[in-house]
Amino acid sequence: MRQVAALPTRAQEDFRYADLAALAPLWPVAVEQVRVPAGETQTMTLVLAGSAAVARELAVTVEAGASFDLRVLSANGAYGRVSLRAELAQGANFTLGAAQLASGEQVLEIVTQVIHAAPDAVSRQIVRSVAGGRASVNYLGKVLVAKGANGTDGEQSVRAMLLDRTATANARPELEIYADDVKCAHGCAVGELDANGLFYMAARGIPPEVAKRLMLQAFVAEAFAGAEQEEALLEQALAALEAML
Amino acid sequence: MLQITDLHATVADKPILKGLSLTINPGEVHAIMGPNGAGKSTLGYTLGGRPGYEVTGGSVQFDGQDLLALEPHERAAAGLFLGFQYPVEIPGVSFLQFLRESLNAQRRYRGETELSGGAFLQIAKLKAGLLKMDLDMLKRPVNVGFSGGEKKRAEMVQMGILDPRLAILDETDSGLDIDALRVVGEGINTVMRAPGKAVLLITHYQRLLDYVKPDFVHVLAGGRIVKTGGPDLALELEERGYEAVAA
Repeated sequence: MRQVAALPTRAQEDFRYADLAALAPLWPVAVEQVRVPAGETQTMTLVLAGSAAVARELAVTVEAGASFDLRVLSANGAYGRVSLRAELAQGANFTLGAAQLASGEQVLEIVTQVIHAAPDAVSRQIVRSVAGGRASVNYLGKVLVAKGANGTDGEQSVRAMLLDRTATANARPELEIYADDVKCAHGCAVGELDANGLFYMAARGIPPEVAKRLMLQAFVAEAFAGAEQEEALLEQALAALEAML
Repeated sequence: MLQITDLHATVADKPILKGLSLTINPGEVHAIMGPNGAGKSTLGYTLGGRPGYEVTGGSVQFDGQDLLALEPHERAAAGLFLGFQYPVEIPGVSFLQFLRESLNAQRRYRGETELSGGAFLQIAKLKAGLLKMDLDMLKRPVNVGFSGGEKKRAEMVQMGILDPRLAILDETDSGLDIDALRVVGEGINTVMRAPGKAVLLITHYQRLLDYVKPDFVHVLAGGRIVKTGGPDLALELEERGYEAVAA
């Protein structure tokens, strides 16, 4: 009989910033398998909404020449975790566009492992997080380029915006490369709303709460650019932002 | 319209404005000139209510209201327009969205009805045309990728759309080539040369004043107005320098 896996501890890298107390009742998390057959294109939209804690775990296989476009909006009122492992075959294409909107004492996190197992696969990860109050937003992402996976193009763009000094963002984009001819870029920034922009908007008559909403909306929109459900996601993100501000 | 009395202001605890007084009546164009560090930009930002510019004394009345008691966005809604020396880029927010939000926020504050998308677009098109700016430019994110001259011209389009009572234009002429300078100058005249309106031009050089004829020219030095004259004063400053004229 297979034993139920024990609840992870903070010693495990992937759970270092997790809200383990909130995760416990959800453990073990069932792994959702996604397979995109060779040459095909699939899209998936995950929206964490409502007031309950949520943990999702995906194991994605993108076969040769196939494309998978995953968009995530984490805007539930409690702990939220989306963890995924994606394995890319030759010439496969993987996009992750994720936005996390956290307030109160909330912890929201995205943990990814993208494996370029064969040559010429492309992966793009864009994560935009907003945290207010005492909330934390986390991104732990590893791109692994296997031996011989030449022509790999991997990108991680991770940015977080903190609305209060008491909020936290943890971002750790990571690269592990065993091939020679690869193009991998990662960028990571944690900041606050641009004070100059806020004053510029005020000088035109826009009240502070509207100015913040406009700037955050634009920030979050970067995660959903080009998505099939772009408008619906933006609308839900906007509603969540309005509730936060 | 605007009455500044003995205004004192500090930036990071450093006194910059030290007893500045100035009265602007409807229909007038005033120019403030002065050397670097005189406090010209501080005056604009203080009147606009920029955080970090602290008023430590004096008063400012705008159309009978205590301007300094208003929040920055309320000052705009009350009819004050601050043209920026360095207009700010706002990625991801289009000019049209930004200006529609601005105009409607001002209208809400004043108890007026908001404009529909169509009605707003008509105004935007008209005002952009006056400043010879393609409406397509306004579909782009606010000031992102705009050249210095385009930013200044866009400031004037914004002024046209928002239709303020008083415009304070901080170095609107800097970074402009001769053609853009003329367009901007004509824009100021078209939008602001009206009986109920007034302009305060903050500038280093006299060249903008060739296009926008001021009624009064003031020399700002050491945080105060040290000399006031007519348009000739600008020419005299250009010729002899601040030190000789303001001494």
